[in-house]
Amino acid sequence: MSASPSSCHGCPVAALPVRRPARLVGLVGPPNSGKSTLFNRLTGLRQKVANYPGVTVEERRGRARLDGETEVVLIDLPGVYSLTPRSEDERVTRDVLAGEMAGQQKPDAILLILDSTNLKRHLVLAAPVLALGLPTLVVLNMADELEARGGSLDPAALAEQLGTPVALVSAAKGEGIETVYEFLKGAIGVPRALDLPALADIPKCRQWAVRVGDGAGYAAPAPPIWTRRLDAVFLHPVAGPLIFLAVVIAVFQTIFSAARPLMDAVDHAVSASGSWLSGVLPASALKSLLIEGVWSGVGSVIVFLPQILLLFLFIGLLEDSGYLARAALIADRTMRKAGLQGKSFLPLLSAYACAVPAVLAARTIENKRDRIATILIAPFMTCSARLPVYTLIIAAFIPERPILGLFLGTRAAAMLGLYLLGFLAAFGTARLLKSSVLKSDGAPFLLEMPPYRRPTLRQIVLRMYDRAKIFLRRAGTVILGVAVVLWILAHLPLSGGKMPEIANSVAGTIGRLIEPLVRPLGFDWRIGIGIVMSLAAREVIVGTLGTLYGMDPKAGSVGLQAALRHDLTPGGAVALLVFFAFAMQCLSTVAVVRRETGGWKWPAVQFAYMGLLAYSGAFIANRLVTLFLG
Amino acid sequence: MRLSLMTATPAVRNPASLDDLAVGESGVVSSIDLPEGDAQRLMELGFLPGSVIVAARSAPGGDPRVYRVEGTEFALRGETAKHIRLDASSVIRAAKEGR
Repeated sequence: MSASPSSCHGCPVAALPVRRPARLVGLVGPPNSGKSTLFNRLTGLRQKVANYPGVTVEERRGRARLDGETEVVLIDLPGVYSLTPRSEDERVTRDVLAGEMAGQQKPDAILLILDSTNLKRHLVLAAPVLALGLPTLVVLNMADELEARGGSLDPAALAEQLGTPVALVSAAKGEGIETVYEFLKGAIGVPRALDLPALADIPKCRQWAVRVGDGAGYAAPAPPIWTRRLDAVFLHPVAGPLIFLAVVIAVFQTIFSAARPLMDAVDHAVSASGSWLSGVLPASALKSLLIEGVWSGVGSVIVFLPQILLLFLFIGLLEDSGYLARAALIADRTMRKAGLQGKSFLPLLSAYACAVPAVLAARTIENKRDRIATILIAPFMTCSARLPVYTLIIAAFIPERPILGLFLGTRAAAMLGLYLLGFLAAFGTARLLKSSVLKSDGAPFLLEMPPYRRPTLRQIVLRMYDRAKIFLRRAGTVILGVAVVLWILAHLPLSGGKMPEIANSVAGTIGRLIEPLVRPLGFDWRIGIGIVMSLAAREVIVGTLGTLYGMDPKAGSVGLQAALRHDLTPGGAVALLVFFAFAMQCLSTVAVVRRETGGWKWPAVQFAYMGLLAYSGAFIANRLVTLFLG
Repeated sequence: MRLSLMTATPAVRNPASLDDLAVGESGVVSSIDLPEGDAQRLMELGFLPGSVIVAARSAPGGDPRVYRVEGTEFALRGETAKHIRLDASSVIRAAKEGR
């Protein structure tokens, strides 16, 4: 150990004579070490996700049950290659471990998770972690893969080298987990003082890691043959992009076609239970609030749950199998044209379903500027909530005529045009952001290519559960509140003890008040109300217009179309489509952007920018169409 | 893979960088010509002076490329790879796939 004395300094590890069961244990490890798999294995559903205050890093905590009533709290810290605080992830990990994170208790012990098939590289992280002087168990993960590929090591010898206990486990299969439980119970001894290399000297640290690995009789496994074979196909100059395209189409097909019956079923359940409730309850203002406000407001958001779950099923499969890294590699060249990078591809694809999961998926982008740029442009992608609006206006104003024979009609072309419009707005905005406020800090694009692995159901289901919880919490709080406020606006003031027509309500007054503002776009006060009401969620405008024209939007879609044709000029109709393509009319997205960017600054900028673009885009569209048709 | 139509001096490989390797070739890193923080990040991943790096694959379209370091693969863009200098004498052409 003392081969290079000049670079070594004694680093005494605090010797605790008798250790009580640890109450707070931090999980530390490099990316792709299977850290989260172990975390999920130990905690199951007993976990909570939040954000560290003021930063965009996610804090995952969970409870692991030991014997009987004893529990320990585990924190799954962000995956890091080192504890040198260069990125936000590294700063959070370092601060939590050092007990310097505000509002956080210093962990009592550490689980250091390393990939045993990559030991010499991953062991480098052991130096700074052991130097912290906390009781540490080194968990060598992927033991099954190490063995299958003919690698080996002696855990006892490694424990001797590191002066701290070592467990060889497979977190995915649950093998060897007993040792981890033993450690959590406090039955395994404490680390002893160790000579560690100077932590800032990376070459020395690596030499140290190699020496420790050799000392533990580490035989590196054979290269992952299947990964090489699969990469020869998935990254093939011709087959690679074709497979990539097939994956994208499969995701699209699933979130649009396969999700449709499920979404209809949820929609049906919401409206059926609503009418049941409405039959049971006596007529009152409270009933109206419950049915028209709460039920339909929250219902209109819950409808998207099946789509979001399916999307996260796909994301889970792509991420856990290892294909996501290949997709990011293939997409990088194209994304770079927008100033972004390969990892932005998945969030932007998700945004075609819903911006909320897209913003959550942007977490995989380590580079903070790229992540924020991706979050800011995601709501431009044509999400499912825009479709009911697009469908209504297109059906009302665009006559169906073939353009390309049987292949493309005018209506389908209009729909495609709107998709393209959103995409171009996203692309242009990304260029703008990346050449100004979010200009790249020059940090190199680095993408680890993990070996292909079989995804486990447990991991994927846990993630779907986790994301669904975040989404439903939004629906349950933000959307509920807004639904109530909107209902009040539409049902007050009372006149003669009765609720007014919507035209005479506060919402109606607001609609009239803003009419001069929306008039240049070709909208009248009714559309004005619709826009105000749809600030919460885009699709609300369809129901609102139905109410305003006294039509049931479902039964009387044709009637609603006729009424719209009567009130809206073609210029106004196109302007409305453009407005919906650009405006950020979605409080769920605003709320999730605030959560993910750690403050109100970015959602405020985003809302203002998109609103401005929507207004000027709609203005220009109205003028142009009126000019050509008038 | 690389077309040399653009450059006037196609064969000169001194000083060579990671970006100059053809797929299948390998070389030994001599220095990293990047800001301190970025160089350290690369060194943590194994791109250290003295390490043998193999140009394993390229994305369809040629950039980024996948480099193999001690059995692990990382993708880097050409703009980064060209700052990782190689010992010119260390470049070894692959046994067969010299495309």
